Amino acid sequence: MSLEFEAVIGLEVHVQLATETKIFCACPAKPPQGRSISDLAPNSNLCSVCAGHPGTLPVLNERVIEFAAKAGLALGCKINSESIFARKNYFYPDLPKGYQISQYELPICEWGSLSFETQRGSSQVQVRRIHLEEDAGKSVHEGGATLVNLNRAGVPLIEIVTEPDFRYADEAAEFLRELHGIVTTLGISDGNLQEGNFRCDSNVSVRLKGESRLGTRVEVKNVNSFRFVEKAIEYEIARQIEVVKSGARVVQETRTFDSDRGVTLSMRSKEQAEDYRYFPDPDLVPARVSTNALARWRSELPELPQAKRRRYQSELGLSAYDAGVITGNRSIMMVFDSAMQLIAKQESNLAKGIANLLTGEVSRKLNEESVALEDLPITPAHFVDLARAAAAQVISSAGVKQALNNAWKTGESIDTIIEKHGLKQVSDLSSLEPVVAQVLAEYPAQVDELKSGKDKVIGFLVGQIMKRTGGKANPALVQQMIRKWVES
Amino acid sequence: MSKLDSLKSIRQLHQAYESGEWTPTAVTQHFLDQARPNRLNAWITLCEQRALNQASLAEEVLKLNGGKVPRATHPLLGVPMGIKDNLAVEGVRMTCASRMLESYIAPYSATVVERLESAGAITLGKLNLDEFAMGGSNENSAFGRVLHPTHPDRIPGGSSGGSAAAVAAGECLVALGSDTGGSIRLPASYCGVFGVKPTYGRVSRSGLVAFASSLDQVGPLARSLDDAAQVLAVISGHDPLESTSLGLPPIAGMGEAEMKGLRVGVPQELSWLGAAPSVREAMESCVEALRSAGAEVIPVSLPRVKHSIAVYYVVAVSEASSNLSRFDGVRYGSRSPHAVSARSLEEFHSVNRSLFGAEVKRRILLGTFSLSSGYSDEYFLRAAKVRALIADDLDSALSSVDCILSPVAPTPAFRAGEKTKDPLEMYLNDLYTVPANLAGIPALSLPWSRDADGLSIGVQLMGRSGADDQLLSIARSFGRVRGEDLV
Repeated sequence: MSLEFEAVIGLEVHVQLATETKIFCACPAKPPQGRSISDLAPNSNLCSVCAGHPGTLPVLNERVIEFAAKAGLALGCKINSESIFARKNYFYPDLPKGYQISQYELPICEWGSLSFETQRGSSQVQVRRIHLEEDAGKSVHEGGATLVNLNRAGVPLIEIVTEPDFRYADEAAEFLRELHGIVTTLGISDGNLQEGNFRCDSNVSVRLKGESRLGTRVEVKNVNSFRFVEKAIEYEIARQIEVVKSGARVVQETRTFDSDRGVTLSMRSKEQAEDYRYFPDPDLVPARVSTNALARWRSELPELPQAKRRRYQSELGLSAYDAGVITGNRSIMMVFDSAMQLIAKQESNLAKGIANLLTGEVSRKLNEESVALEDLPITPAHFVDLARAAAAQVISSAGVKQALNNAWKTGESIDTIIEKHGLKQVSDLSSLEPVVAQVLAEYPAQVDELKSGKDKVIGFLVGQIMKRTGGKANPALVQQMIRKWVES
Repeated sequence: MSKLDSLKSIRQLHQAYESGEWTPTAVTQHFLDQARPNRLNAWITLCEQRALNQASLAEEVLKLNGGKVPRATHPLLGVPMGIKDNLAVEGVRMTCASRMLESYIAPYSATVVERLESAGAITLGKLNLDEFAMGGSNENSAFGRVLHPTHPDRIPGGSSGGSAAAVAAGECLVALGSDTGGSIRLPASYCGVFGVKPTYGRVSRSGLVAFASSLDQVGPLARSLDDAAQVLAVISGHDPLESTSLGLPPIAGMGEAEMKGLRVGVPQELSWLGAAPSVREAMESCVEALRSAGAEVIPVSLPRVKHSIAVYYVVAVSEASSNLSRFDGVRYGSRSPHAVSARSLEEFHSVNRSLFGAEVKRRILLGTFSLSSGYSDEYFLRAAKVRALIADDLDSALSSVDCILSPVAPTPAFRAGEKTKDPLEMYLNDLYTVPANLAGIPALSLPWSRDADGLSIGVQLMGRSGADDQLLSIARSFGRVRGEDLV
């Protein structure tokens, strides 16, 4: 008899909110011009409040309520009209007050859900709660000393907690991708994974299939990439199954993921689990959400990635892949949507062309140059014009690439670029005919090969003609002309 | 300068400024001279240069205003004051009477200090207290106990003992204290000065080092009721830096209250029968005087107020255990010399936090216990529930009477060392004062009489939530009864 195991997985996702200021003081929560908090000199982004000086008091940044509520609305949660801030008490050098202000008994959002796709089809997971909290600082262990950087202390976070509804590691990863798309589309988070703006703790246990009781849970903390979450969970499931099979017991503990080795490592056992002594923070009044505010926020919700993907496929005829890539990147999605605003109804066939540009060349270049689309001179209008020119066969695919590269750097209009660089392809039969005739006369052997059915040689002949025309000939047209000539 | 020794009020001071008899600098110099020898150990830090600079600024203001005090913009011009050393004054050491903050320099000023200084008041220095305001006798200071101003073998009361003693001894004209369970009213009563704990949320806590955030309130100690009212008018009012700050306007000050027909509640549950004979006599004489002046003295029932001490010592220590967690020697404050050799984070924290005094440690331990999982339902949560019931009792009693009268303390100032052996006995001393903190209502201590040894005995008046002005007016009419105009 073979034993079949199943995994039970729940996630806690910390999302940094993109508010201008920290959650309880006036310090910036994000430095200007796309720089990140980690770029700043240590301890240069703090005040007496977020550094926990004696006598200072927290005052809530109301914006965080809006952002958290919007996350809740997007996930179909109940938004509590009153939620309570609580103190989570523990000692750590990078926790300035000796407690973290969080929400405990009454969080701002409760009970929602999120569905997503995996290879096994569609899955849905319950979201138990979303609560607000402040980030702690950062400890750096260096040469036997610990250095504390409080630049991050007091940056607002939401923690999204799911029910243990996942059974597979890839479900967790897909859930995170979907959630990431939602928070970035809502504009409530920059979602920068490298910066730790979106990080995940996974609770993993295994049990025999059919068993209803949960196994001992292991927490894998602070993984900030979708792929690593998947790998960490996969490793953890395999490890726990091995432990159980060997007759031993899984130890309740917290582990980290070593991405270089692809393994999880024990951090601390939960036997020394801390008692956080939660109690309502007497320095803060309950956070209130009025019905008016809630209605306004609901009306401000943008089209979320799932709905958008569906619409891209059904209305614009995009492939599932293209729809996924576009909605997976906020700035690409914004350019695509603006481009769609610029085209007429009868031009909707251009959508595919624009999508191809964005998911292909543009994505590649963005990655390569690690720049943000919105920081470049190229605009949605450029993509529309490019797609139009390509559809009308005004420029070749090589020409499209060249024009794109140009607009990328200069922001000049596509018309100007085509004009300036002579990218217009020659589609005029009368001017092409002499060139075709000349080339075919020069390469009789190749023409014979073509006649005998060796079709591959046509590429060579087209190439020669392109060369003679300085790349301006319409290659599709040239090919047609060669075939006609050979057949005649 | 002999006349300065008998200076009783801001009004008198301003008259002398306007007549040209005194100048802010001379007055500041006089008070600094009084404070400097520190014969009561009331002061932890004097900021002489800062005070003299403020005095010369005050002189400028006087000059610019043609020698008159511009009462609208600078109602406290040239008023020498002391600040309890748990309130932040930018650039000045703030110790909280603890080794933990022995050399801590505050990087900002408390809202109350800012408001007082912009009203023209002069900050002479920082006043001694029980460490982190935890105590009722001012014997818990790392800087030594404060002496009672007239009976040096006795305690001045606490935790604002330095504030009360300095005001009573003429080392400053007014002082700020803080009151979590009686810390303004008790020392005011023992030292024979006026002390007011306003409605919770009426005066900003920003810059007050928290002991128990839901109970703490800043208030004045002064030689006259009018001075206390004038300070309150300046320090009260909404503060955007505090979330629990009420949206009420500043406390307007004293009006008139008719003693005839005034309804004074006397709670059976805060009876003075168990108090010292001198306190009983004071209360009885007070009741008699009120009656003969036409007040109605009405027994009221506060059935659940008897749980106040138990509730208070759970709520206060729970909040304190969390509030004091920030003192770990990492970012500021003292770090133990042993911290560098600590082999673990636990050891690092424990050697640093051993800098707290015994009473502070006791309260942190009690608070940590009552919040810990498995116990918080029985202690913290239960106390929070009973607290709400106590507040209900007081609110409903105050809907049928204008104020509630009780002793401030069960005895006059006791001898130093008398109660230090038994913390519980010390805690019971707060019996009359903690209910007002639990309910968030305003309360004040008003000097009423003296015992055979000449020790001052105050009476306490509690008023309706938010009706601080009314309470001050009632207190003024109490003074009238004795033939004194407290203005």
